[in-house]
Amino acid sequence: MTISPISPLVPREGERLLSGWGRTAPSMATVLPVTSVTDVLAAVSAAGPRGILARGLGRSYGDAAQSGGATVLDLSALAQVHVDTAAGVVSCGAGASLDDLLRTLVPAGYFVPVTPGTRMVTVGGAIAADVHGKNHHVEGTFGSHVSSMTIVDGRGEERVLEPGDPAFWATVGGMGLTGVVAEAAFDLIPISTSMVSVDTDRTADLDELMDRMVSGDDAYRYSVAWVDSAHPSGRGVLTRGDHAPVERLPARDREQPLAYDPRVLATVPVVMPKGLVNPLTMRAFNEAWYRKAPKHRVGELQPIASFFHPLDILQDWNLGYGPAGFLQYQFAVPDDSGHLVSLALDRLRRIGAISPVTVLKRFGAANAGPLSFPQPGWTLAIDVPADVPGLADALDDLDGLVLAAGGRLYLAKDSRMSPEMMAATYPRLSEWRRVRDEMDPDRVFVSDLSRRLLL
Amino acid sequence: MRDAVGAPQSILILGGTSEIALATLRRLPRSRIRRVVLAGRPSERLAAAVAELTTAGFAGVEQVAFEATDTDTHGSIIDAVFDAGDVDLVLLAFGVLGDQAESEADPRLAVTVATINYTAMLSTGLNAARRLRGQGHGSLVVLSSVAGDRARRANFVYGSTKSGLDAFAQGLSDALHGSGVHVLVVRAGFVRGRMTEGRPEAPMAVTPDEVAAVIVSSLRKGRGTVYVPAQLRLVMAAVKLLPRPVFRKLPY
Repeated sequence: MTISPISPLVPREGERLLSGWGRTAPSMATVLPVTSVTDVLAAVSAAGPRGILARGLGRSYGDAAQSGGATVLDLSALAQVHVDTAAGVVSCGAGASLDDLLRTLVPAGYFVPVTPGTRMVTVGGAIAADVHGKNHHVEGTFGSHVSSMTIVDGRGEERVLEPGDPAFWATVGGMGLTGVVAEAAFDLIPISTSMVSVDTDRTADLDELMDRMVSGDDAYRYSVAWVDSAHPSGRGVLTRGDHAPVERLPARDREQPLAYDPRVLATVPVVMPKGLVNPLTMRAFNEAWYRKAPKHRVGELQPIASFFHPLDILQDWNLGYGPAGFLQYQFAVPDDSGHLVSLALDRLRRIGAISPVTVLKRFGAANAGPLSFPQPGWTLAIDVPADVPGLADALDDLDGLVLAAGGRLYLAKDSRMSPEMMAATYPRLSEWRRVRDEMDPDRVFVSDLSRRLLL
Repeated sequence: MRDAVGAPQSILILGGTSEIALATLRRLPRSRIRRVVLAGRPSERLAAAVAELTTAGFAGVEQVAFEATDTDTHGSIIDAVFDAGDVDLVLLAFGVLGDQAESEADPRLAVTVATINYTAMLSTGLNAARRLRGQGHGSLVVLSSVAGDRARRANFVYGSTKSGLDAFAQGLSDALHGSGVHVLVVRAGFVRGRMTEGRPEAPMAVTPDEVAAVIVSSLRKGRGTVYVPAQLRLVMAAVKLLPRPVFRKLPY
């Protein structure tokens, strides 16, 4: 059956339903593939009244990479990679994923300066969300390592931005609302092997975990803790390490010290048994994950993929939450409000919101980006099924505590905070708006997130 | 925008004094609501609803003059509301019960019932659907009735309008499937309230607030058609199977 296209209800070419990784509030947009900066320029000039937005691999959890009724640029073909092995820098199209990059970089003896818990993000997305990784306490965010980027701003002009420029820092962490990042150059970490030397500590409770992180994190380049969200003690597993030197490898591996073979072991089926993620299975999962970790182990060699990207082994794991989807609550609070970590865990456990992936990390210094999330202190990230009864109120209560503590939520994860919370916790929002208004005076760049938070 | 836990920020109610619609509004998370548009016939009751919501702490409550029978104006009224900003939730909540006997005596009255309950719903429904579809997200709630499941002797003018409305809403829901716009059709039974005041109550009667509770939870779950109370789904399935000679003699 075909219905004449004069009907405004009939789907048009390129229209697709887009959502974030949490699959909670999808909206329909016209997806437009672009292959060059020229294409991006043309698309921005042709933007309609609903605006335009760049989307990478859709790993932000909420509504940052979707825009109802708008044109959404697919930059996956804008992904040429050029590695300068002598200087240790790379320049690439913004659509290149860290997965693509690592397959080229690791065998060449380099690692990306910062990687989040998944390598399935694009460089453009990493800049727009100013992502952080396990080395934040030492080496800062992804944006801090970018030496230059080419963007197309809202006036349809191609611009090269460098860190001295306010427009650069409005774009780092700017969630794609200042322009479309088309290309970027950033520095790399030289490595001599593809293995990480990991120290693991299993702690009896949250206090012990946090004490160890405060006292010991500075000795490590990479540090992150997993917390048992089902257990009232807040016990956890702390893993810390650095890239292993060649002499740490067993003799048989020294011939190919940079071998890199990340694998996807399984894909979550599209049709999931309903209720696979429930308090019972999550309690069992947390228990097993805790028990699997050694009490104390030093210098274990782990491949890059298992240390940095454990979740990538299971493709499409977000489908495991079923049709209702899920959200991730990630906040940062200063050191003097570390008690919010246990408060948040308690509050969510009491409503039955038990998460398989609960991550605690210490942040180092903030950077110059007005909307960059990390600030010195603690950050906790908890995954929660979106349909847990009482969730909205529990998270609003936690928002109040985070706000009072001088903390904030991560825009790449947020899918439900209020515009008031946003404005109160990002005090440099007005400064960012001034720069954005120069870069995009007509508000060509619009996302569902920017509409929801009145950015 | 609607957020991950289902809270809308902007709501348009066509039939701005509807008890069910206002009860639905009161059950939504107030902290996220920034705009409420009550569209209805300018009246003391409509002004009172605006004042009451504002006093209750709702932000951005406004009223818009809307006359269901004046279908030529629907397009521009709905466009003006959407032009001022995205609408996350539209409630089509106007309707009249009419009087069966009077309608039989004066068919012009029956035409008015049909114009309001069917023609105007179709007109506002299509206009709202066009705009929701254009913004790529949103929910549309259509207040149907079990009276449309099978028209009764005592009430068939009203029943036939709801029957037509329900068929329209089902089709609209299919047309919008996968577009980011969700249509919820609510088949309520006897609702105690202004509309049914002074009428003999049917079994399984519900309050506007009970209907509102089902609307709010069904929006969250993304359901397509709901009965209120839920047991009516089975009852109506059985009623539809009754032989006509039996059905004709039913007391309700």
